[in-house]
Amino acid sequence: MPPTAVILSQAFSGFAFGTLLALMSSGLTIIFGTLGFVNFAHGAMFMLGAYAAYVVLTYTHSYVAGLIAGALVLLIVAVVLERGLLQFFYVRPPEDQLLVTFGLSVMLIEGIRYFFGSDSQRVSPPHWGDGIVNFAGIFYYPLYRVEVIGIAAAFLLALYLLLYHTSVGLMVRAGIEDRLMVGLLGIDVRRMFLLVFAVGAMAAGVAGVIFAPLSAVIPDMGTPFLIQAFVVVVIGGLGSFGGAIVGGILVGELLSVTTAFNPDYSQVSIYLAMTAVLVLRPRGLFGAVGRI
Amino acid sequence: MDGTIASGASRFVTRRGILNAGVGAGVAGLLTPLAAPHVWAKTYPTMGTYPAGVQGKTAFAAGIFPLTGPYASLGDDERNGFELAVDNLNNGSKVTEAVPSLKKGGGVLGKKLIFAIGDSQTHSNPAVQAATKFIDENKAIVFTGSISSAIAVSLEALAQRKKVIYMADVTGSDATTGKHCQRFGFRPIPSNYMAARAMGPALAKHLGHNLKAAYLVPDYTFGTSLYTQLTAAFAEYGWTSVTEQLAPLGTTDFTSYLLNIANSGADVLFNETVGADEITSMKQAEQFGIMKKMKVILPVLSPFLYKSLGPEVLGGVYGGSPWWWGEQEKYPLAKSFVAEFQKKYHYIPRFPAAWCYISMIMWADAVERAGTFYPPEVIKALESGYKVDTIAGKLWFRAADHQGVSPFAVLQGLSKSEIKAPAENYRIVDIVPGEELMEPLKDVACHMPSVAQV
Repeated sequence: MPPTAVILSQAFSGFAFGTLLALMSSGLTIIFGTLGFVNFAHGAMFMLGAYAAYVVLTYTHSYVAGLIAGALVLLIVAVVLERGLLQFFYVRPPEDQLLVTFGLSVMLIEGIRYFFGSDSQRVSPPHWGDGIVNFAGIFYYPLYRVEVIGIAAAFLLALYLLLYHTSVGLMVRAGIEDRLMVGLLGIDVRRMFLLVFAVGAMAAGVAGVIFAPLSAVIPDMGTPFLIQAFVVVVIGGLGSFGGAIVGGILVGELLSVTTAFNPDYSQVSIYLAMTAVLVLRPRGLFGAVGRI
Repeated sequence: MDGTIASGASRFVTRRGILNAGVGAGVAGLLTPLAAPHVWAKTYPTMGTYPAGVQGKTAFAAGIFPLTGPYASLGDDERNGFELAVDNLNNGSKVTEAVPSLKKGGGVLGKKLIFAIGDSQTHSNPAVQAATKFIDENKAIVFTGSISSAIAVSLEALAQRKKVIYMADVTGSDATTGKHCQRFGFRPIPSNYMAARAMGPALAKHLGHNLKAAYLVPDYTFGTSLYTQLTAAFAEYGWTSVTEQLAPLGTTDFTSYLLNIANSGADVLFNETVGADEITSMKQAEQFGIMKKMKVILPVLSPFLYKSLGPEVLGGVYGGSPWWWGEQEKYPLAKSFVAEFQKKYHYIPRFPAAWCYISMIMWADAVERAGTFYPPEVIKALESGYKVDTIAGKLWFRAADHQGVSPFAVLQGLSKSEIKAPAENYRIVDIVPGEELMEPLKDVACHMPSVAQV
């Protein structure tokens, strides 16, 4: 049994990573819930956010400008992709939707590789993120990682308010439950779909900006994240915003706390959890029956 | 570079390019028997892609590199080394002119080398698929490329099955020339055993004896093999392992592993990760204050680390590299290689480019000395112990396990004030000759299969 301080520090670390996973997964899940297809390009969008941050930080050295750029770039990319391509796939079979987003992912990744190469780009944490926080002498944690929890939570809160406390959000949630009925009520479903796709893509982009100072910034950086986000969405329940948050933190905790006991089982633990959820509660922890 | 499938200027391997070259090679293969009968085709029986792959005026070489995934930056460099080698073998260079068998230039045994490149995606399965395609469809007479030892071991097994020579250019795992050694596979680059034996004395001298070490280990054959070798080599200096943290290739967040390391009471951290994983883990280690808490050793100083991490992280850090461009002061041919590479690709080559280049030169020299592409004869030439003058000094293979007798460099990162030029990032602590690093054969787990064995 590892010392309590180690378990506590790992639990905190899991929470910190979990909030970031939750932000990434929330975008994936609302796109799936509303548009009805799995966005395989979500990992590439996460990567685009990180590259936007790299470019802007290189020239402005402003982290806030990086965050805004990450969100804006993804807004533009999302509008172009949704209007120019994805809207034509809403009525196509699921395998076509899967292939088109997968193809988009490859194109975005290779496009970035063409311009920036395969080498990692340098993104440093903001100067106000330098330093280490002492948690009552029990454990120490980098300041930026603590701040990441706050930044991710702020964006998740903004998403929550948008989805649950605005009329637009009401339409989106209604669209998740019954797309046909929302259309029949005279609501412009096309515009709603565009909005949801843009918001989902922006969530991935912001997560990419936040993660850039913590990781190698390479064209493939989103791929392993996408896989973990899928696990989160399956555990939390497809299309469930709350499920993405709980699933994200759960996956973060599993990855981290398992490492305190035996790092060899860290990655396996999340897939075991996913399998258990699929067997015991196939719709996920917060997924509605019959949503898919 | 006429006749090549992917030109040096191109960043992408196009399907059309491969098709064109495939058709070209096929047409050449159909026409040539009428034009020029080959003596060796009558002398030696059919084996693998021989003689089908060399009946025309060309010989086909394949490179399978990780152009995507966590090792993509190393794969890019490796590919450039491969392309330059093919170019030099076809058109001549100061390096090939220094090798007596290659002095005349004009390809290998008078046949122009053409090539294709496949992307392994840093995974074994796509690597094996690409290599199989090049062997079956293009009749590749030789293939190379790895970076990941898991890929090297898989491709080596394929080489043995297909009876085509594979140059395992960049792979550290001892299994490559140990448990999984193959008659058709040759590894010129130093193994993990050799790296550990080179670093042991140098680092014990600089960092001291009787230290507690933590290990961050990539969870596959390369990482676990390096862990075994490092713990054994440093045990001689009283170093003990206090924790081994196994992290999968492509880990997104190393925090939980680093927390265990920070709490382990270690004096030293061996961070064995490579490529993008090395950058991510070092960024996170620095943010955790690990660099202040313990000395960090990077057994593999991946190419372009400085660009991502800077001297703030790497200044003073000790590490290892199977080749470093600063070695040009020691090896005259390295100087020519660096100059030519820089002219073509506009950056200084790193060890993946160097070892892929060396691999191709050593293979071509063996073919020339054998006087044939017939694999068993080329294998005999590679196993003969003949010393080839290369960009890493005179190199040769040990016949019993196909391990190259090659040097290993121990380096130390320069601090910001010490860096004079953009790529002049490390000081050479020691370059240990290969002869001093070879694992005694009695300890090597290689049971070399015969040519006929599958």
